[in-house]
Amino acid sequence: MKKITYREALREALREEMRRDSTVFLLGEDIGRYWGGAFKVTEGLAEEFGDERVRDTPISESAIVGVAVGAAITGMRPVAEIMFGDLTALAMDQIANQAAKLRYMFGGQAKVPLVFRTPFGGGVNIAAHHSQCLEAWFMHVPGLYVAVPSTPYDAKGLLKAAIRGDNPVIFCEHKLLYPIEGEVPEEDYVVPFGVADVKREGEDVTVVATLYMVHKALKAAEILEAEGISVEVVDPRTLSPLDKKAIISSVKKTGRLVVVSEDCKTAGVTAEIAATVAEEAIDYLDAPIKRVAEPDTPIPFSPPLEQYVIPDEKAIIKAVKEIV
Amino acid sequence: MILTANLPKEKLVEMYRMMVKIRLFEEKVFELYAQNLVPGTIHLYTGQEAVAVGVCSALRKDDYITSTHRGHGHCIAKGADVKRVMAEILGKKTGYCKGKGGSMHIADFSIGVLGATAVVGAGIPIAAGAGLSIKLRRKDQVVACFFGDGASNQGTFHEGINMAAIWQLPVIFVCENNLYAMGTRQSLAMRIENIADRAAAYGIPGVVVDGNDVLAVYEAALKAAERGRRGEGSTLIECKTYRHRGHSRVDPAKYRPKEEVEAWLAKDPIKRFREKLIQSNILTNIEIQQIDKEVAAEIEKAVKYAMESPYPAPQEALEDVYA
Repeated sequence: MKKITYREALREALREEMRRDSTVFLLGEDIGRYWGGAFKVTEGLAEEFGDERVRDTPISESAIVGVAVGAAITGMRPVAEIMFGDLTALAMDQIANQAAKLRYMFGGQAKVPLVFRTPFGGGVNIAAHHSQCLEAWFMHVPGLYVAVPSTPYDAKGLLKAAIRGDNPVIFCEHKLLYPIEGEVPEEDYVVPFGVADVKREGEDVTVVATLYMVHKALKAAEILEAEGISVEVVDPRTLSPLDKKAIISSVKKTGRLVVVSEDCKTAGVTAEIAATVAEEAIDYLDAPIKRVAEPDTPIPFSPPLEQYVIPDEKAIIKAVKEIV
Repeated sequence: MILTANLPKEKLVEMYRMMVKIRLFEEKVFELYAQNLVPGTIHLYTGQEAVAVGVCSALRKDDYITSTHRGHGHCIAKGADVKRVMAEILGKKTGYCKGKGGSMHIADFSIGVLGATAVVGAGIPIAAGAGLSIKLRRKDQVVACFFGDGASNQGTFHEGINMAAIWQLPVIFVCENNLYAMGTRQSLAMRIENIADRAAAYGIPGVVVDGNDVLAVYEAALKAAERGRRGEGSTLIECKTYRHRGHSRVDPAKYRPKEEVEAWLAKDPIKRFREKLIQSNILTNIEIQQIDKEVAAEIEKAVKYAMESPYPAPQEALEDVYA
């Protein structure tokens, strides 16, 4: 298998789907030939597919998503880029009240095949308006799917599945993942939604993590292995639908659960996963569930402040040791 | 009022029939509401019939419309079946949305009704998106996007129309200026008299028409549709009109001066069109009465159909969330 970056994997998915299906098109701020996307995911695509299908937009997040909704319900498969995940707040009505609800409100008449790609996450010192992980907002909206790929393989396969599917998907990327390399097959493949992946097998404790936290969990697992603790790392890959079965089956094996996420603890991703296990598999737990998440603050700017709020390997190791 | 000579009789009669259909439908909804047979709330279109009928008469079956919380008239004018509209309003399984949408969310994708959204102004970028879809698919359809004066103060108005303008999308933005956003009169919400003036900010034509003159609306919409089909882009049409009833349910609309209401009632679009048709020897009084009777019978049938239809099974609430 070839090795490519997460960024290249996303670009390959877009390119291959645009070649395969003429109804697929891209729109977003500075995604075209002049810039290639703020994180360069769409670089080179305007040159291949033209400005019509790789469409630069004005700075109008609400209309970017609204236009994508209108195109989706009339036969197209738009992939909209929102330059930073934080800016989804500007488009929240179109995402949460329109894209997610049209099919239901209209009794199943509408099909809304559209994808919003957006980078979340901190660690690059750009403060409170460009660093949040807001996946939990979208998990709370029935009608949306939420993808959270952590590797190039998952990014490409999930994006292809998202584009081919008939439901609106908020496709969460992470800024620190773009340069990460990983193996990706030459041949066409998709990663189905709702199927978790065990990123590392282990016996003593289950660590559920998403996006960049998967990599921190894997590092923590390596360190813990040297100390004789065997960690299983489960990556849900999509938060909606959530592969509860895979998480519970890992918990049944290990009897212990740590949930890690780069978002605020209150009503966040970790809360939902912990509650699910508590509700459906408490009898298999040998210890309390631990959550590793951010304190309930905005993301601060200064490096020592930001490092303090974003969970790291040490926090994961500490949580594991508290229950093993 | 514009002369009627340039349209065939059948078209004029059809337009009249459609306006009466909307009027009688809405009056029936009000009556059922008063009898406590309609769950939730209602926003009646009474008084604005010339806008929906004028615009939709200029459209083809494969053209699209987007609608609003005050949307019964738009859907009926585009060709929706009144039986299924009424059933939806009553929350029945046979309604357009199987009882999941209700009065504020009627849709019929088979005739291009892309649905009513009840968030004020939210349909504007969606209509632009349908326009972009038409352009990318190389079709000559157009989209008519209905919204009110209140919606023109939303950010979506600016963002959506600007995007449609820069990409020259085939969208007719139809602002139904009925002078009040709920209870807030236009003069309290903007410094301009004509919302159509805002078109200049986007570099598209802005047209003010008498929204109670169905033929004036039709002519403006036809011109805008032809412009869209030719690939020349969007148009903003402001239709000056008035709702005969309050904003919703039993709102007595006490915020509107009596003289203002009386002046607008005197400009009732159906009354004016009826008089015009008689004066122009298109229809006789007897023919008018015959049409009114036929439409009333159709509405009665719709009520019967809706009343006799079953409610959805409760667990159907779990269906249609995802495709």
